[in-house]
Amino acid sequence: MDRLLNLLDENARLSTEQLAVMLGKTPDEVENAIAEYEKQGVIRGYKALINWEKVDQNKASALIELRVSPKRDRGFDEIAGRIMQFEEVESVYLMSGGYDLAVKVHGKSMQEIAMFVMRRLSTLDSVLSTATHFILTRYKDGGIILSSEDEKDERRSVLCD
Amino acid sequence: MIDYQSMLNDEVKRIKPSGIRRFFDIANEMDNVISLSIGEPDFSTPWHVRQEGIRTLEDGKTWYSPNRGFIELREEICRWLKRRYHLEYEPKTDVVVTVGGSEAIDLCIRCLVKPGEEVLIPEPSFVCYRPLTEMAEGVPVTIQTKQEDKFRLTAKALREKITPKSKLLILPFPNNPTGAVMRRADLEQIAEVVKEHNLMVLSDEIYSELTYGETRHVSFASIDGMKERTVVVNGFSKAFAMTGWRLGYAVGPKEIIGQMTKLHQYGIMSAPTMAQYAAIEAMKNGDSDIDYMREQYDMLRRLIVDWLNSMGLTCFEPEGAFYVFPCIKSTGLSSQEFCEKLIYAEHVAVVPGDAFGECGEGYLRVSYSYSIKHITEALSRIRHFLKTLK
Repeated sequence: MDRLLNLLDENARLSTEQLAVMLGKTPDEVENAIAEYEKQGVIRGYKALINWEKVDQNKASALIELRVSPKRDRGFDEIAGRIMQFEEVESVYLMSGGYDLAVKVHGKSMQEIAMFVMRRLSTLDSVLSTATHFILTRYKDGGIILSSEDEKDERRSVLCD
Repeated sequence: MIDYQSMLNDEVKRIKPSGIRRFFDIANEMDNVISLSIGEPDFSTPWHVRQEGIRTLEDGKTWYSPNRGFIELREEICRWLKRRYHLEYEPKTDVVVTVGGSEAIDLCIRCLVKPGEEVLIPEPSFVCYRPLTEMAEGVPVTIQTKQEDKFRLTAKALREKITPKSKLLILPFPNNPTGAVMRRADLEQIAEVVKEHNLMVLSDEIYSELTYGETRHVSFASIDGMKERTVVVNGFSKAFAMTGWRLGYAVGPKEIIGQMTKLHQYGIMSAPTMAQYAAIEAMKNGDSDIDYMREQYDMLRRLIVDWLNSMGLTCFEPEGAFYVFPCIKSTGLSSQEFCEKLIYAEHVAVVPGDAFGECGEGYLRVSYSYSIKHITEALSRIRHFLKTLK
């Protein structure tokens, strides 16, 4: 049922009936498949992709590169586990390359994010260094294009030209 | 002061302008119009194909191509037709690459039809066959296809329209606007009539890759004895989402293709070079793109058919292209009235069925070549509109 996941990934608001019709399944089959995906942890939740800049001009976000010292036995898991507890943190990734953890952070303002990095992140035991990159404009996020202008359909009806 | 009316060719003046122009003018002046009227893919050309076009520009390959098209492309076309539809053609002599399928249709009609000969045109169908026939001094003869026959052309309906002047049969399947496809058995029955009455056939198979369900498209030229009577027109627009590249082709008996190439040479010279290089890439490495797009269309098709039926706009299940053709007779409105009221009341644009021939009256062409979000919004508005009619 990979097509089901693709459809939900694109639009989680489709009704069970709509999904069933599109996939050629019964609504019950779709319900069961979704329940199973949720149980397996394949589907972890449903949320709206919101262009917050349109709602609140002061909202800020940043990508923070962290270099950390891994712990014996637990590697990076322990520090990642601590960082992801912070409400400000949207995502945490372990990276290959020049630094270890990539942390995406939301805040009311750049100032607030700066304070968060100084007071909460850089003070953590195993954090060796931080580099904070503020996001200036989000053009595309979560696979969705967020340009301020709605994308215009440039196709035309050849029947009437 | 020049009297332009006396200067202009009477044949051209007689050609009817598209009847829905006024309707689209309304749509264009309105804000917040949501359209289900477009007749082209909702995808951009696959990136690897676009890249090939870009590369030819970077390399400065900006010259004319051979009149018939690059031999590499003609070879790929023949390989493709063999792989997908079991057709055997000779790249050197049996193929001409054209500016879209439309040019190939024009060339074929002009090469085959003598003044006064009749061209049999199943309707509803795309709008170009009739005017092109008239410009070739042929006589268009409409064959009405019906919902109860799944909008397929039947041998019986064809027979009824045959006269001693019948010359060329147009086979526009998979069909725009109805979404009808012809099964092998249907084609075999048509082939009998074609043989019996010594007809030639123009099989417009531009939507051949967009068929849904278990059975794939069957080319009319693959029916026993039909290859020598058929010019197959196809192209890249629908299968590979390449409408703007303007590239199509015709394959058929070398005697006909040779004459078509001659006209093409004097009228067009050669199809766009950049598009031809991109098309070679599409045919070599584009199968998975087609599979992906077909699967997306298929899901939208199921959604829109189910929804329209549940609203009481019954539609036969289309098996090809990306259109549904719901019947609106239950509303008591004509196609034009329905579309006009719908656009004023709900700002939704669809195409009245009679744009595709008089027998399309009582129907709409609804395109599902759009995003899910777009389609659900449009259908919600149509549902609301139907409630207000009651």
